[in-house]
Amino acid sequence: MKAKNKLGLILFPAFDWAISPTHPEREERLLYTQDQLLEEGIEDIEGIHFFNPLIATKKDIDRVHFCYPSTEKLLTESHLIAAGGVMRAFDAVFGKETDKSFALVRPPGHHAQRVVYGDRGFCIINIEAVGLAYARQKYGDIRVAVVDTDCHHGDGTEDIYWNDPDTLYISFHQDGRTLYPGTGSIEELGGPSAYGYNVNIPLPPNTGDEGFQYVLENTVLPILEDYKPDIIINSAGQDNHYTDPLTNMNFSAQGYANLNSRLNPDIAVLEGGYSIQGALPYVNTGIILAMAGLDYSGVVEPDYHLGKWKQSGRVTEQVKRISEEVLNAWQHKEIIGRKLFESKSSVKRNRQIYYDTAGILETQVQEFRPCPDCPGVDSIISKNDRGASLFGITIPRKACPACQKKGYDLFEQAKGLNVKKRFLQDLKRDEFFSE
Amino acid sequence: MIIGIDMGGTNIDGVAVHEGQIVRQIKRPVDRSDYFHSIWNCIKNLLWGVKKEDIERIQLSTTVSTNAIVENRISKVGVILQRGPGLKWQFDNLDENVADVSGSVDHRGIPISRENAAEISKIREDFLRNRVDTVAVVGKFSTRNPDFEKRAAEYLRDDFQEITMGHTISGKLNFPRRVQTSYLNAAVHSTFKTFAENIEEALKREGISAPVYILKADGGTINLEGAKAKPVETILSGPAASLMGMTALLNKDETDRCLLDIGGTTTDLFFLADGVPVFEPSGIEIGGHKTFVRAIYSTSVGLGGDSYVRIEKGKLKIGPERKDHAIAFGGKYLTPTDALVYLGDMKAEYAHESAFALENMAKKINAYPEEFAEMIINKFCKSIRETIENTLEKINASPVYTIKELLADRTIKPQSVGVIGGPAKALSKYLERELKMPVEYPENHEIANAIGAALARPTVEINLLADTDREILSVPETGVYEKIDKYYDLKKAKERALNEVKFAGETMGISSDILETEIVEASSFNMVKGYRADKNIRVKAQIKPGLAAYKKGER
Repeated sequence: MKAKNKLGLILFPAFDWAISPTHPEREERLLYTQDQLLEEGIEDIEGIHFFNPLIATKKDIDRVHFCYPSTEKLLTESHLIAAGGVMRAFDAVFGKETDKSFALVRPPGHHAQRVVYGDRGFCIINIEAVGLAYARQKYGDIRVAVVDTDCHHGDGTEDIYWNDPDTLYISFHQDGRTLYPGTGSIEELGGPSAYGYNVNIPLPPNTGDEGFQYVLENTVLPILEDYKPDIIINSAGQDNHYTDPLTNMNFSAQGYANLNSRLNPDIAVLEGGYSIQGALPYVNTGIILAMAGLDYSGVVEPDYHLGKWKQSGRVTEQVKRISEEVLNAWQHKEIIGRKLFESKSSVKRNRQIYYDTAGILETQVQEFRPCPDCPGVDSIISKNDRGASLFGITIPRKACPACQKKGYDLFEQAKGLNVKKRFLQDLKRDEFFSE
Repeated sequence: MIIGIDMGGTNIDGVAVHEGQIVRQIKRPVDRSDYFHSIWNCIKNLLWGVKKEDIERIQLSTTVSTNAIVENRISKVGVILQRGPGLKWQFDNLDENVADVSGSVDHRGIPISRENAAEISKIREDFLRNRVDTVAVVGKFSTRNPDFEKRAAEYLRDDFQEITMGHTISGKLNFPRRVQTSYLNAAVHSTFKTFAENIEEALKREGISAPVYILKADGGTINLEGAKAKPVETILSGPAASLMGMTALLNKDETDRCLLDIGGTTTDLFFLADGVPVFEPSGIEIGGHKTFVRAIYSTSVGLGGDSYVRIEKGKLKIGPERKDHAIAFGGKYLTPTDALVYLGDMKAEYAHESAFALENMAKKINAYPEEFAEMIINKFCKSIRETIENTLEKINASPVYTIKELLADRTIKPQSVGVIGGPAKALSKYLERELKMPVEYPENHEIANAIGAALARPTVEINLLADTDREILSVPETGVYEKIDKYYDLKKAKERALNEVKFAGETMGISSDILETEIVEASSFNMVKGYRADKNIRVKAQIKPGLAAYKKGER
């Protein structure tokens, strides 16, 4: 058997790490997936290569996050390795070792936002964002579309790329009114420099293969066609599966494989998915075959039979309506964006963020400073209910000299602020400061 | 006294080892039309005048199964597959008698649906009509639940010479390899059985009761009874024989090493990690069949003492082909051996002719002859170094699955090199310079493989799985599938695994006082279902691979 697309797999089940012994994010999570992949003989397919993860460094994390109290104190080796796995996936593709790559690593990352006080939705650092920031530093500018097929809204990824026009974020998820983390409505469209480049597709509970396919064909693929990214990243969460214990969707292994095949991502990263016996072994096998360009039609869950998970007519109607609404917002993003932000030199955004795993409540104010020549300097002032506080500045990769200087000036001025910690991310010079 | 025999492609080497010393050695050509008599003549020669009760054991590295596969002298095999859902592997390198049955088992070993009896009965008729000799019956995840394979085997038992059940081959997961390995086992079963029975009869006739062991590709041995049941285990044992022999001949060393066997045409490379041979990651490949058969990792590069040396487009080329002996030893073409002779590192019969040829070729690229000779040797050594480095890069990239292993970064970094073969001694100082490591070349290297065959010890590997939710314990290699209770734990599983290995070892006639068993991997996973946590326990255990005692020196 020979893969049509050379595929790099970073399979790192971290058999010696868990959030806690009975937490869904425990040692056992990828055990049956590994069993299935071994038994299917994936390692003997010509053109599929296995790579060990890299181990991310503090600097790799600091490119993305403001970690409080410090990067070292918040992270364990497992996080550095999960992020390192994604970094390795980027290296495989950009180093031309393989055509595509898939990082099957844990724990996941898409709920981790720029500010990190602790664990949210089993995530501490945003492993895709760390991988992408590493790749941009190493391989230059990359125009990216991140398509998140996890059932939960990837509020972390949304936050990190909120004001980045070079990263289009599209998330399919179960409607936030019915599921953690609650965000992810169509109206969340992005910051002043990237308005409309944050695309949320909240789907009703019980959406099945048909609904996902409809959204993909009618909304996601047209948007991607329009955006023309250099690469597509699939945040391949697998909890839309009909057996997932935490969600209410009816997606199947065939559905996931089909979606992946049509989406044709360059890099996939495992996110959530906690039906570790009934879904993950099959969904992962399906995604791997789809990415390798092999026949996945034989990958079927033992309890699957056609028609059992067919979605209702009501759901189909809702999905159609949402699809249209999302596409409409995409098509009118420039006009609306101009109306909202024209001639503004500062745009503020107030949020409260709950860390469900760690039990922390954060309040933050983000400030975006639109600039005609670049995406502009962003800053965040944040505090939490445990008495921590911080101020962080992000100078984007494409900052103009004036905005870059403004970033350093703000950092200087912030010495008068009453916060516990100050951060400066200079992505242009790849230098990071905290005090 | 231990008798060790290594049957290669052209020659059979034999040694008799007494109290750790070689007391006799022999070399005979192989009669490819009669392997049994080739071997038996060797044994008889080595045992001439030896008291029957002094013979401890006879150990053979044979190409009986290997050649049967490579030369396609195999039984007609019928293959029955229960593939279930998943990848659609085409097994078109098997016989035309491949039949599918319905039904499947999942990754936990839970049966999803059964085959139906009519299917098997139809397959039986087809196989009989097509004059199938032996059968392989293999299911996906059959190591987790072998019921289908057992039912089919039971039904077909009386009609065919052999039924190989996939789960008996290995406890590891990889359905396509299970299929290929089971197929090969069924294919060579009769050939090997005939060979083994001939040996048994001959020994009986001579009144010799010493046990016979067969060398495996992992450098361990299996007793004749075991080899008859699993003849596929006896394939490709040649490289293992030479590696085990080299290890015996070299100074004892428990660091990482690279071993080189420099032949006429090729050089074989092996690696030792902490003194233990490095294995192929998944199993050995033979004649296009990827198998489960555990094998010592070896790689071959087309560079040997007799490699063809020439100038092409103004550039020096060595190998990969061999045309003839070195000119220094009566051949017609220049070789690295000639360069060694020119540099005074080797003595040879036709040194004069050799020098003349080398000087002529040196002129073509305007080099001084001595400089040219050094160029040849340097290029030879450089290619060896590059092969070592590339191979290590590949081996060291093999995947790990725990944070501990990833952080420990257990990569193989050779501290020294051992080298055998014709030009080993002459090359050693050049290799030392190129590799920047001490190079050791043992004496007696010409019989290393026979010594390896003689001194190898039995190896057994088992994969235990205990699932307290399903309340099932399985050790496919020893045929164990039994009920356990909810309280079964890792400690019990480890004890059981060691006992299974020990039992398997004792069955092969190893006395328990010299039997060294070890746990290779052990882990216990919490399976959470509602408020209950069950355990999924996995233990891999083995008999430590190793060598019987050997004293270097007098013969």
